[in-house]
Amino acid sequence: MGLGFDIAHMLAGLMVLASLLLLYQDRLTALINVLRLHGFILALAVAWQAHIQSAPELFVSAAIALLVKALVIPGALDRIVERLGIHRNVETVGGIGLTMFAGMALVALSLRVMLPVTAAADPVSRQDIALALSVVLIGLLIMVTRRNALGQVAGFLSLENGIDLAAAGARGMPLVVELSVAFSVLIAFIVIGIFLFRIRERFDTIDLAALESFRGERR
Amino acid sequence: MMGAVAIEALQMAFVLLAAPGLVGIVRAVEARFLRREGPPLIQPYRQLARLLGKEVVLAHNASWLFRTAPYLILALTWVAASVVPTFSTHIVFARLGDLIVITALLGAARFVLALAGLDIGTSFGGIGASREVMFASLAEPAMLMIVVTLAITAGSTQLSSIAAFMLSPVLGLRISLALALVALVIVALAENGRIPVDNPATHLELTMVHEAMVLEYSGRHLAMIELAAALKLLLMISLIVCIFFPFGLGGTGAAGFLLGLASYAAKLGIAAVLLGIFEVSLAKMRVFRVPELLGAGLMLGLLATLLLYVSRSL
Repeated sequence: MGLGFDIAHMLAGLMVLASLLLLYQDRLTALINVLRLHGFILALAVAWQAHIQSAPELFVSAAIALLVKALVIPGALDRIVERLGIHRNVETVGGIGLTMFAGMALVALSLRVMLPVTAAADPVSRQDIALALSVVLIGLLIMVTRRNALGQVAGFLSLENGIDLAAAGARGMPLVVELSVAFSVLIAFIVIGIFLFRIRERFDTIDLAALESFRGERR
Repeated sequence: MMGAVAIEALQMAFVLLAAPGLVGIVRAVEARFLRREGPPLIQPYRQLARLLGKEVVLAHNASWLFRTAPYLILALTWVAASVVPTFSTHIVFARLGDLIVITALLGAARFVLALAGLDIGTSFGGIGASREVMFASLAEPAMLMIVVTLAITAGSTQLSSIAAFMLSPVLGLRISLALALVALVIVALAENGRIPVDNPATHLELTMVHEAMVLEYSGRHLAMIELAAALKLLLMISLIVCIFFPFGLGGTGAAGFLLGLASYAAKLGIAAVLLGIFEVSLAKMRVFRVPELLGAGLMLGLLATLLLYVSRSL
């Protein structure tokens, strides 16, 4: 296996690392910065896939990833944090140590599941898909373990980055799908942004525990 | 064979003599960055000489353990430093230069130090010992994960083989090794009680770990302990340098030897400057946040192993 595989593996591994960093962060500004890094690495990984697969349309995906996921959305999140005036720590449900162990277990699980299943595929897309699945699972874990709505948004966006990584690794992903996914993420982001302000307006906080108690679910 | 013995003797003398100088460089860099004049580079040597000349003040209830511990700690650390191929792989103990051996030797030194901290029965010693052991319980698994990563990649836990592998062109680009490097730096910072973990320059009771354990030592005992601490810093830097930056190592003949010596000295100097810059740009962590940092080191080691599993199973 040559340099092509090594670099693809390194970028995918860095994605997983950035996901774990997201899981580890407990400050909003740092969380958004790591999310920006996450999007940036994604753009690099997709561009590298475009290069080694000689698929020019993937360069378009990389450009979309760079523009939307590394620049626009983190920038918008920064503005939301500024407008809401929240620089506090993010409340996590469990301790950081426990969550990190869960994250590592998810990485191990996705490797254990994905590597045997994709035995027929070529190595580059195999490792890409296996690591992309762990990014997706860690994104879900972030959403589960965060009380703060912005933390959950970060989890959702990193999950979407993972799906993008998998799509870039699997050959034959049509560009139109890519475009519509990117567009729907933007729409989802706008909806989430509006919701954040509504939640904040009504409850004076974006801690979702307030929603639970409002619905009478709090123990 | 004789040459190997001579090189080994030279290395053992060199690490012992260079260790206080390394501490001096780190302190000088920090002083410069804080716009202070700072002590001269030879200050650590002067301090050791001064301590050696002073009488030892012992607590009434100090046992034999308290008196022998400084020598034991220095001996264990020195042995560990003597098996690392620092400027030549042709040393007598190269076969012993195994990552697991070094981890075990450092663990033994830490055990003795913690016992000495507990021996006097002061509360500071107890606090320091318990914190040290708490950190060690996370730093050692992280160290072992790093060892596993290196062993799988290079096919050996022996430092000279790992260095030879790192110099060979089959290496390629490995993310696992990058993760292992970051994890090893975190472990090294924790092992030496450097800034995000512990502040080696203060006696502030809220922060101290290592200083708390050795608070009761004086005279030549304190000199031994300070020398051992400096030696440990040099050892961890040598370990990182030997594993990840083995350039100039492994040459044969007089030219290769001199090249190894020069590159090793240069690498030590660069590492000391980097450590100084790193320390002045960071604040110390709260003690209860340190396990998170070490946990991150452990995670990085684990992730490195997992990624290695991916790239090797394909």
